[in-house]
Parts: sequence; structure tokens; C-alpha cells
Amino acid sequence: MRKFGIGQPVRRVEDVRFITGAGAYTDDLNLPGQAYGYLLRSPWAHAAIRSIDVSAARAADGVLGIWTGADLAAAGVGDLPCAISGVLRNRDGSVLEVAGRAVLARDRAMHVGDGLAFIVAETLAKAKAAAELIVVDAEELPAAANLADAVHGEAPRLRESAPGNICFDWEGGDAAAVDGAFGQAAHVTSIDLLHNRLAPSPIEPRAALGHVDDGRHVLRTSTQGANLFQRVIAPVLGIDQEALRIITADVGGSFGMKEFIYPEHILVLFAAEKLGRPVKWSGDRSESFMSDLHGRDVISHAEIAFDADGRATSLRVHNRANMGAYVSLFGPGIQTLGGARLTGGLYAIPAINVRVTGYYSNSVPVDAYRGAGRPEAAYVIERLMNKAARELGLAPDEIRRRNFIRPSQLPYRHPLGFVFDSGAFEANMDEAMRLADWAGFPARRDGARARGRLRGIGMSCYIESSVGFGYEAAEIRFPEDGTIEIVAGTMSAGQGHETVWAQIVTEQLGVPFEAIRLVQGDTDRVKTGGGTAGSRSTYMVAGAFRLSADQVIDKGKAFVAMLLGEPPESIEFSDGMFRSAGSNRSMSIMETAAAARRDGEGLDSGATFNHDISTFPNGCHVCEVEIDPDTGKVEVVRYLVVDDFGRIVNPMVVDGQVHGGIVQGLGQALMEHSLHDPETGQLVTGSFMDYALPRADDLCAIESSYNEVPCTTSPYGVKGCGEAGTTGACPAIMNAVLDALAERGVTELDMPATPLRVWQALRGAR
Amino acid sequence: MYNFTYHRAGSVDAAAAKLAESGDAKLLAGGMTLLPTMKQRLAQPSDLIDLNEIDGLKGITVSGGTVTIGAMTRHADVAASAEVQQAIPALAKLAGLIGDPAVRNRGTIGGSIANNDPAADYPAAVVGLGATVVTNKREIAGDDFFTGMFETALDEGEIVTAVRFPAPQKAAYFKFPNPASRYAVVGVMVAKTASGVRVAVTGAAPCVFRQSDMERALSGNFSADALSGITQDADGLNEDIHASAEYRANLVVVGAKRAVAEMA
Repeated sequence: MRKFGIGQPVRRVEDVRFITGAGAYTDDLNLPGQAYGYLLRSPWAHAAIRSIDVSAARAADGVLGIWTGADLAAAGVGDLPCAISGVLRNRDGSVLEVAGRAVLARDRAMHVGDGLAFIVAETLAKAKAAAELIVVDAEELPAAANLADAVHGEAPRLRESAPGNICFDWEGGDAAAVDGAFGQAAHVTSIDLLHNRLAPSPIEPRAALGHVDDGRHVLRTSTQGANLFQRVIAPVLGIDQEALRIITADVGGSFGMKEFIYPEHILVLFAAEKLGRPVKWSGDRSESFMSDLHGRDVISHAEIAFDADGRATSLRVHNRANMGAYVSLFGPGIQTLGGARLTGGLYAIPAINVRVTGYYSNSVPVDAYRGAGRPEAAYVIERLMNKAARELGLAPDEIRRRNFIRPSQLPYRHPLGFVFDSGAFEANMDEAMRLADWAGFPARRDGARARGRLRGIGMSCYIESSVGFGYEAAEIRFPEDGTIEIVAGTMSAGQGHETVWAQIVTEQLGVPFEAIRLVQGDTDRVKTGGGTAGSRSTYMVAGAFRLSADQVIDKGKAFVAMLLGEPPESIEFSDGMFRSAGSNRSMSIMETAAAARRDGEGLDSGATFNHDISTFPNGCHVCEVEIDPDTGKVEVVRYLVVDDFGRIVNPMVVDGQVHGGIVQGLGQALMEHSLHDPETGQLVTGSFMDYALPRADDLCAIESSYNEVPCTTSPYGVKGCGEAGTTGACPAIMNAVLDALAERGVTELDMPATPLRVWQALRGAR
Repeated sequence: MYNFTYHRAGSVDAAAAKLAESGDAKLLAGGMTLLPTMKQRLAQPSDLIDLNEIDGLKGITVSGGTVTIGAMTRHADVAASAEVQQAIPALAKLAGLIGDPAVRNRGTIGGSIANNDPAADYPAAVVGLGATVVTNKREIAGDDFFTGMFETALDEGEIVTAVRFPAPQKAAYFKFPNPASRYAVVGVMVAKTASGVRVAVTGAAPCVFRQSDMERALSGNFSADALSGITQDADGLNEDIHASAEYRANLVVVGAKRAVAEMA
């Protein structure tokens, strides 16, 4: 293996920049003559806006311009679209048609934090001061801010067009077959679960800097792929795509919420054009909580039918999903086209029916958050399996053993359409149980009991899908300075693309690793791209680089053949060298590239990889917890995972992805919950004083290991790893918590298992 | 943040004089509550009078069984003080549990008690150890200092200069931190002092209070067993998304038992 090739734990080249403070995030960027934007946000969860008087604010010191929703409409600014509108089909056969989201609220404010007016001034302080002079005449309306407040029969109706606040009602799978199987069932287990609402909370808050340069709009902002922003924003502003350049510098975490276009992106560009000056908007953390797209927020009811041998015959799931106040770009697609197709996990359940009903509420819109529907699917089936095991008197591993998709069944066609190509599901569980010393657990439980603590062990056997959707583009270029410029349509938000993509190209071309420079996040330099989402980047970009590298090699062979006066087919390429089979002559790829560039065309190449097949990362998490029954505090004392990510490009980077994913899963399982006051609709968790994000001392060390079963459909057998941790963690932790509480009679508990809720469950069970 | 006028006071007298003459002035100690509030435009003082350069307000002295901590002494310095660790280990531990390292390196004991956040840790120490608050005008018994939520016995223009803690025979502090903010959901200081047993509870109610049932029980029998059967009334206790009143009442009992057990 090459030192910097595929499979090597190469140290991340970007980290020196990050940890020495040399990173450049959007808020670090400033342009000459820059003005500052501030968004006046709705303090109400739901209000009818009668008028907005900006006259006093407009006259305030340093104010350059103020715009309301009415102003934007008059100027012809469009709404932010939903890509699922016109795509998703309801159960009744109708197709979802939803209006876009207004950039600024026009006649109604729909959630706390909804934008009412954009103020641009010479300084941020002056913009904020002016905002306080704006008089909004509004009538507060009854609100339904939490999902539970929006779904019940007495809930206020938030949209004339949506009776019952229902946005869509989708169904997948074979309902008749499921009904039939339930009729024959020897045992049925049912469960009701909450997938708690999460605030993604990247360390870098959102920011946007817009200006108009030589007739072109230029937006600098954090994204997960600049090209998507270009495609979505240009029509909203009514300009050609070519007249819009998106530049993304360093990104400090995204987790899905920076994949999407926000009102502020439109506002800085609009204001910059109107004022002829660059306009910058930087959100603070309070604004993050009330305006970043949130994640999860689903209520599940699920039933599973078993035959007399404990084999699942059928699964029925109804998910009620919160869309928030507006449908976001992918909002209605997350639980339907995304997560639902993994309902039932990695078990061979012949009949599956899943229904997803989407609801409007007076809250920030909900969209993709790390895992985007797959963690919800995994949580439902893994909680169900554990509950069924208790009811049937089977061990957690035994019920799974009886139901796994067996290697002989691969490739396996899931009832909702996916084809699982590869995996060793039972072997992963066996290995995880061995590493965890599962058999020794009773002794550890006894030890904990002697210390007055309840100890539990839990597992989850998860599968998720890395989403191929369409294509990814790449280029490999050999500029004069002797570097290798590699261009990708993906975007790193901290995942280490600069390192891993360079490893892939080193493997393909044998070029010096240190000389590779990644170009990303600039629509003028990256012609097209799908972006980073759904754990797709590594295998999609590997495919695009492989096609590009093949072209580089072909061009190199032709050039070397011409130099040597030999036929191209006599030239071989390996280990970065072009060799003539006939003579003993050779040229390195860097020499060849330089010579070919001097000669004219050069070896620069680019290609688009078209690939619509998902991959299926899977594995087994095992968690042990100890609970203080007097305080209800859960402590995770052991955590280990065996993952099958197919072939691994950089195990050190993958470790980081696994650890980060598990920590976010732990956050959901034990700590995080974005909540609104049910009476007022106000955001209760509006700061880190109340929104509990995990910290280092909330976890134990995470032991990760890999069972590399190569994917049969993707380049290099890569499956992807970005979201696997969040997918497997919640059920493993909650199964461990419930195992610990079982001896006290607690059988049901929702996330997050906070000290208060665990203590209440223990008290209720007494 | 709104505009304000900044003053750096060179002495307590100068700070008091400036405080008297300014419209709506605030004293700036560590700024751990005041500055975030100002940044969110929730407070609009006309003037900030910075106490950080007044040397006489900083430092720890221990003599004759009394620990005296200057009002501008940082939590980190109290936590790390060998003398405090020796004289009143529970006090050093409490200081080391406040907030996070950034807060502990900036926040001060004077600022904390003058603010009297219901979930702050120091009020439990001041009341639980029977401390005396020293100001530029007088001395106030710890029991009389905290008068209500964010309210103290301090008069207009009065400045805390030090807190005097008599070393107890023994003391222990139990804290159950808020999972998000790390403030005390409940904090219980239990101390056996020359003047009797003290049990002070912070976090649970709008203001720190002494748990007299527990004090009586422990006076006769200073052991965790003495607390069995004693309950904390949930009436009037704080409620939020992290803890109900009943849960807080439970934590008061659990915390007191654990603090006593720690001393056994």
C-alpha cells in the first residue's frame, strides 16, 4: 500500500490551518465598503401582520436601507422553493404542491424568529438600533409550536389550505400484505416513540456576505456545496445562473442545516445590489436557535408481527413528522423518500407498510440533520426488537439472529425498493458482543448494584443508506507551479476532504500527496457538483476522480508515445510512471504533465460520475450505562461499535466521523431537546443555558472497529461513514437505559433520557 | 450592546463616588452575567464602573480559623488555593464546580453573591458556612444577605469588599448541575460549625435557604441516617424544563444525605 494511498491513516492536512486559527470562515471575510445587515425577527409564534412602519428607522443614524416582505414582493424577489413539491405523491394519489417560503414574512409571522424586516446600516450596532424603531402592528394568533400542539383535533389551523395542519400524507409498501400478515400473527408488539427535535448547533453560526462585482452577484457563505446554492438562488433573484457566483470558504460544521438556502442569503445579495455596496450578515447563537433548520421531530407508532418462531412477518409504521412553519427545500422528503425506505432495518421482514404524515407548526422548518430519516428508521426497529424480545422471552441477540437478512439472501430487495448489496450483519453483532464481553455483563451489573447503581447493556444493529442521487463532478489539473489541483463538487465542513480526496488521487495517479491542492466551494472554479450530503461524498467523488484519472492516464500515454515515437498501446502506467514496454524508457507523471503542458494540451482532465445507486453502511453498536436511581442521571460507561463501511480510505478520519456521529446520537438520546412553550409558542431552549449539548465529560471513550465488507456497487467498495454514528447510537443507548431500568419495572421511556425524565419514570413505576 | 460610559475605578471609594454620581451605573466585576445581558440588549446601564484594577479587593487570607476572600477574587483562585483547600476544602471544591474554566477564571465571589442568581453556588457557601459579607459600609451576616431572587441586603451604592468564612469543623457540598448550563439545579452545603449544624440549599428555590428540619436532625445525630424520613416540601420550589419542583425536592434530600455521607 502507498504511504498516502487508500487505507492509510494519513494525518489531516487541513488541521494545522484550523487549530492555529488560520482558517477563514465566512464571518472572517470582509470587503471594502461593506455594510451590515440585521434581521428584525418575529417575537411571536403566530401573528397576523397588519403593517410594518419603518419610517423612523429609515431616518436613523447610519441606516442605508430597510426592506420588508412587501418591498421584496414589489421588487419581484421570489420565494425559497421546496424541491419535493410536485414530486411527493400523497396516499390519495394527489401530488404535493406547496408554496415556497417567503424570504420575509408578508402578512403572517409563522414562528418565533421569522424574518419581518432587513435593516442595512454602516455598522451592526446602528442596524440593531434602527430595528428597535420599527413599529410592527400585529395581532397575535393562537399558535401550535410543538408537534404535539399541532396534531390534535383542537389545534389552531395554521393554513387555510391545510386542514388538520396536514402538509402531506404519504404511504409506502404493501398495506394489504401487511394487514394479511398481522391477521396471522402469533405475537404483535407495538410501540410509540418520540424522535426529539434537535437544534443542529454547528460551532460556526451562519453568515453571508453578498456583493455585486462587475455586474455579477457574488455570495460568500457556508454551504455543503456551492453549486446547489447557485441553482436555487439565481431564479429567486431572477438572474441567470452565470450571473451568480457562490464562494464557500472554510465551514465549521454543518450536519445538514448548511445544505440549504436561507432568507439571509437572498437578502444580502438583494441589498448589495440595491445599495451598490457589499452587505454582510452574521447570525449570532440566539439567531441560530430560532432560525437554523432543525432536525428530527417525529412521533412514531409502530407494530411488528411475529410468527410462532419469533420471526417477524410484517411491520407497520406511522410517522407523524413536523415540517415547521414552512416546507424547507427537502423537508417533506426526509422521512418519506429518505428514511422510510430503511424501515425494518437489516431484518428480512417480508411485508412492510410505512405511512408518513407531515404537519405544519409554528416552529423553525425541519429538514435534513445528520442521518436525515435513517436514524428515525433505525430507532423504531431497534426499540421494537428489544421490546419484542422482552415480551417473547428471547435475548436481544437471539431475536435479531432469527431475523437478520442472511449473507445468502444478498443482494436483498427490501420491500420499499432498496437493494442491499453486501453486509455481514450477524457477524458484526457477534464481533461486537465479543469485544463488549456481553457474556460477562451480569457480573458487571451485580458490581454496580453493590454500589447502588442500575447497570444496563444495549445494542443496536443498524443499516443506513448513503444516497447516490445522480452525479458528482471532478477535475484533475497540473498547473505550472508543480502542484496538482484537484477540483470537486463536494464541500468539506470539517470532514477532512482535503486529505481524503488527495489520498484517492494519489492512489489513482501515484502523484506526490503533498503537492495536491483541493479546490472546492467556488462556482467559478467548480463547474458543477452535487455537494456533500447523505454520506455520499467519498464514493461519489472517488468515481469522478477515477474517470478523470483514466483520462489523465490516456492523455499521458498518448503524449509519451508521441515523444518516444512508439504506439500508445506500448505505454504502460503504474506507480506514477509511464513506461515503454518495448524500450526501457520511462517518465514520471509529473514530468509528463509538465512536458505535455509546454507542448500544448496538457493532461488536465475532468469527468462527471453518474451513479444512482445507494450504498448501505451497517454495523452493531453496544452501549453500557449506569444509572443513579436517586437522581436519575445516566452515565455511559462503555461504548463500542463494529462498523461495516465497506473499504475504508482513511481509518483515522473515519474514527473521527464515528466518534462525532455517536456523540450527536448521545446528545439526542440523553440531552438535547428543542422545546417551545405550549401556551405562548416561545422557544424555551433558546440558548445553551437550556439546550444541553454534550461535552467531553458527558461521554466515555468510544471504541470503534471495522468489518470491511466491500460494497459491490461503488468505486473501491466504499460505503460511506458520515451518518452511521448518529444512526446507530440512539437505539443502543436507549436500549441500555431501558435494560438498566427494567428491574425497577420501567418499560417505556422516550428520548432524551434526562435525569428528570429517568427519575420520573422510576417514580412512576414504583 | 447599547452604548455606555466606561470607568476604571482605582479604589473602592472612587468606585462608590462614581456610582453615586452616575445615572444608572453598574459595577463590573467578572461580568459573567452582566456582559451577556448587555450583549443581548436586555440591560442598558449608563455607566460601567470596573472594579478589576482595585488591588485591595483581590486575594485570600487565612488567619485564626477564618478564611477571608476579597470580593474580586476569581473562582479559579479560590479552587486552587492551598490555604482554602486546607481550611475549608468544601469551599474550594464548590468554587471548582462553578461554570466552566472560562467562567472560573473570570467570575468573582463578590460579583456572584451581589447578583444572587438563584442557581449560583456561592450563596450556599455563604449561608451554609455562616459567612460574613463585608462591604464598604458595614458587615452583613450571611444569613441576612440574600433576600430574594436576584435581591440582596446591599443598599444603593454599597459595594462588597470581602467575604469572611469561619472554618467549620467539617463541611461538604453536593451539587447536581444543570445538564446545559452547569448552574446548580440543586446545591446543598452541609456544615458542622462551632455554632451548630448548617444546611444551606441553592438552586431549588427562588433564593438560597436553610433547611431547618435537616439542621435539627443532624444536630442530634450527624449522620446520613438521621436524615431518613425527612422530606423537602416541593411547594414554592423552582420548576423548569430540567427539573420539576418534586424532582428538586428529591435532590435536596439526596444531596444532603450525600454531603453528610462524604464527611463520615
